Amino acid sequence: MPFTKSNTKLIPLPSKGMVPDRDIERSPVLECINLGITLGGIKAVEDFNLTIGRTEIAGLIGPNGAGKTTVFNLLTKVYQPTTGTILLNGKDTHGMNTVQVNRAGIARTFQNIRLFKNLSVVDNVKVAMNNEMRYNMFSAILRLPNYRREEIAAHRRALKLLSIFDMQNIADVRAGSLPYGAQRRLEIVRALATNPSLLLLDEPAAGMNPSETAELMDSIRKVHEMFQIAIILIEHDMNLVMNICEGICVLNFGHIIAKGTPDDIQSNPAVIEAYLGRRK
Amino acid sequence: MTMRRLINLKRVEARRIFLTYSIVIISFLICYVMSEVKILSSSMRGMLVPICAYMVMAVSLNLVVGISGELSLGHAGFMSIGAFSGVAVALIMQNINKFYPGTPEFLQNIFLNAPFRLALSMIAGACFAGLAGFLIGIPVLRLNGDYLAIVTLAFGEIIKSILNNFYFGVDKNGLHMSMITDTTNLLKGGRLIIRGPMGINGIMKISTFTAGFILVMISLIVVFNLVNSRSGRAFMAIRDDRIAAESIGLDITKYKMMAFVTSAALAGAAGTLFAMNYSTIAANKFDFNTSILILVFVVLGGQGNFLGSIIAAAALTILPEKLREFSDYRMLLYAVILIVTMLCTNNDNIKNFMQKLNPFKSKEEAE
Amino acid sequence: MIFLDFFISGISLGSIYAIIALGYTMVYGIAKMLNFAHGDVIMIGAYVCFYAVSRYKLDPFIGVALAILVSTLLGIIVERLAYKPLRQAPSLAVLITAIGVSYFLQNTALLLWSSNPKFFPSIIGRGTFEFFGGKLSVSHVTILTIGTCLLIMFILSLFINKTRLGKAMRACSEDKGAAQLMGINVNATISLTFAIGSGLAAIAGALLCSAYQTLMPTTGSLPGIKAFTAAVFGGIGSIPGAFLGGLLLGVIEIFAKAYISSQLSDAVVFAVLIIVLLVKPAGLLGKHTQEKV
Repeated sequence: MPFTKSNTKLIPLPSKGMVPDRDIERSPVLECINLGITLGGIKAVEDFNLTIGRTEIAGLIGPNGAGKTTVFNLLTKVYQPTTGTILLNGKDTHGMNTVQVNRAGIARTFQNIRLFKNLSVVDNVKVAMNNEMRYNMFSAILRLPNYRREEIAAHRRALKLLSIFDMQNIADVRAGSLPYGAQRRLEIVRALATNPSLLLLDEPAAGMNPSETAELMDSIRKVHEMFQIAIILIEHDMNLVMNICEGICVLNFGHIIAKGTPDDIQSNPAVIEAYLGRRK
Repeated sequence: MTMRRLINLKRVEARRIFLTYSIVIISFLICYVMSEVKILSSSMRGMLVPICAYMVMAVSLNLVVGISGELSLGHAGFMSIGAFSGVAVALIMQNINKFYPGTPEFLQNIFLNAPFRLALSMIAGACFAGLAGFLIGIPVLRLNGDYLAIVTLAFGEIIKSILNNFYFGVDKNGLHMSMITDTTNLLKGGRLIIRGPMGINGIMKISTFTAGFILVMISLIVVFNLVNSRSGRAFMAIRDDRIAAESIGLDITKYKMMAFVTSAALAGAAGTLFAMNYSTIAANKFDFNTSILILVFVVLGGQGNFLGSIIAAAALTILPEKLREFSDYRMLLYAVILIVTMLCTNNDNIKNFMQKLNPFKSKEEAE
Repeated sequence: MIFLDFFISGISLGSIYAIIALGYTMVYGIAKMLNFAHGDVIMIGAYVCFYAVSRYKLDPFIGVALAILVSTLLGIIVERLAYKPLRQAPSLAVLITAIGVSYFLQNTALLLWSSNPKFFPSIIGRGTFEFFGGKLSVSHVTILTIGTCLLIMFILSLFINKTRLGKAMRACSEDKGAAQLMGINVNATISLTFAIGSGLAAIAGALLCSAYQTLMPTTGSLPGIKAFTAAVFGGIGSIPGAFLGGLLLGVIEIFAKAYISSQLSDAVVFAVLIIVLLVKPAGLLGKHTQEKV
């Protein structure tokens, strides 16, 4: 597989906010230390501490308005945190903007899908490879050989990425005209095209029916297997979260109320009270 | 064919580009022959070069408005910078042995050859306008939406005001310039090229229809090839969703600037072409109304549709001439046509009807 | 003393800009469109006033009232015919339509009244007040302009903040869909906004021409653009912003004319606008909204 970064897949072990055992030899991909932000006078997120292993799938759950998307916005620097530190691959991201954080290795999807609606499916993926393409605007205008070479390579790679989600056949369709589920999948492919070491998925299964969700679950596993990257996902579908995540972090009113394996979380009284209890 | 598909030229897109080039080339040949055998009326012949200049203006503005998604209301400013700098350079080249007697013979020969001089001054016009685009872009591109629009309008007016009060002359000692009043104090034999509100006069009319056609082709090649490259995808991605574009690592300012400067440079070349078709030129010619006129070409032709821009530029330049028989009513008629067209093109029923006639619709969308 | 003289004429010019800018900003706030035809409504209003007063020898205030009536009707008609069908259309289409309307009004005026400049007599004569033993003289028109502007601003604030219709207007500018669900007649509210804006434009037209005494079909364009600049300057959509922006713009323009260069005064005005927008991207009193992710 051309995408695989490492062939060693260790036994998955849940994280309790610590680096999972299989990643123990390697530094964690993400460390959040006392992360917090005040938005309009309200402490939207406070004392957020989380460590994500290099190949961990972690879930971020919590009731509506708990601050889950805010955490993603902090990690991707849509908002600048008011307190705390974010270490990405051991490097402090302080002072970076969204673009620089992406180049440093974080890619994300959005809760309310943000595709480039008027671009074709394949162009949505290719535009995400922009930073790795090596030709300048003069090569493009004069159609020099390196333009052709790079475009062909990017196109091939884009189709290959799309094939993970079986979307290579609709590569020329306008992204805005895709059905909802396909748009969500395309957003994931677009994020993957930037070669992230950490992928943030914001409610990837929202609005999907059970069979689509099951398919999505397989696809996320496949992505994880192929790329050996860390994934954090925000999701309300407990079936998906409990099945796929190795570690889960529960957020309520901007505070972490529990961290642990799916089994821990399911039996945690604080979580049941704040979240699962209310549902049953 | 597979190669074609691989390099992003979707068949629909490729066909559209091919059609655009062919229409431009065929129309040029027809008009050229017609004007050579004098079928074309003299007033129409006189409009050929301005039409080409407006086409380039429309295409270049469409790069900013349609592809990059920023509303610019000061595009005529770049045209005037191109016109003034290009003509000034041309006048210096034309009188090269007077001002710079030491210039090598072969350079003098190049400068005195009209087509070469036109090409060089268009390049100069493009460079100056591009530079102005870069300088203006630094503040402008930090703003969004209507604020960006009003600031481009403001820059258009500032450029007009400054050029209206700018004096520039050449003599044996080199270049002299001043603002507001003429304090250039040129030596005998020197020449005051830009005369404040009087603009430039005594321009040698070296613009030709062929040169105009070549410039239209160059601008089409530049925009099409740019749009179908990584830069073009980035422009459109930023237009469609700025936040998502940032999240995949696109440098917003860099790409906006790239589109803005390219557009300004093309407008500068068009300005030079336009100016060299007249014996005098003044800054008031390139005011807010001209910027709006070009914006109308872009919107009527369709945002992001370069063939549309070209057709709209030609049609709307000829239309007021053709409406001359209505004499006083012609601009009124023009206004009505403009309003009715906007109302019709944004009416859902008519839009659906037109979609059925559109030969370039991809199959997927038809379903 | 000469400074004070300039300052007063700046405030006077600024008052006219402010009245026009109020129209721009109200329409922008509610319809989210740049109404480029606004400047030409000024011109139409001024012509109506001119003909009423100098041709039909009506009382100047009846003339102004007539101008307000005609402009208001014109504003409503233009909104109904040209802008209402485009409510869902992209903003650029609306902008071009507004430009079309502007051409239309200008050329109608050209046909009706020819391009010859008309001498516009001041609506309240040419008298002046003397202050400081004649060292400072202020014309009646200037006083009237400033007074009218203050009065309009006062009434408009009361209207927007205290009345039901004003509340409806604010609701529509926040969220048209929600306003409709709350039982507000959105179409009528938008028409009302256009009516008020156009009525104000007629007043501005009469004052502008009283101060400058010439009237042409293109009279409205440049003050229109400048007032639009003023509205953006103060923060478009904000009524106090338009007032403040208009006054500042007038003062800056007069001072630039007096102390820098009369030819470059427009350039100075626009340069100040650019600097303000760079420091405060939503204008002086505008609200800066961040897009939700």
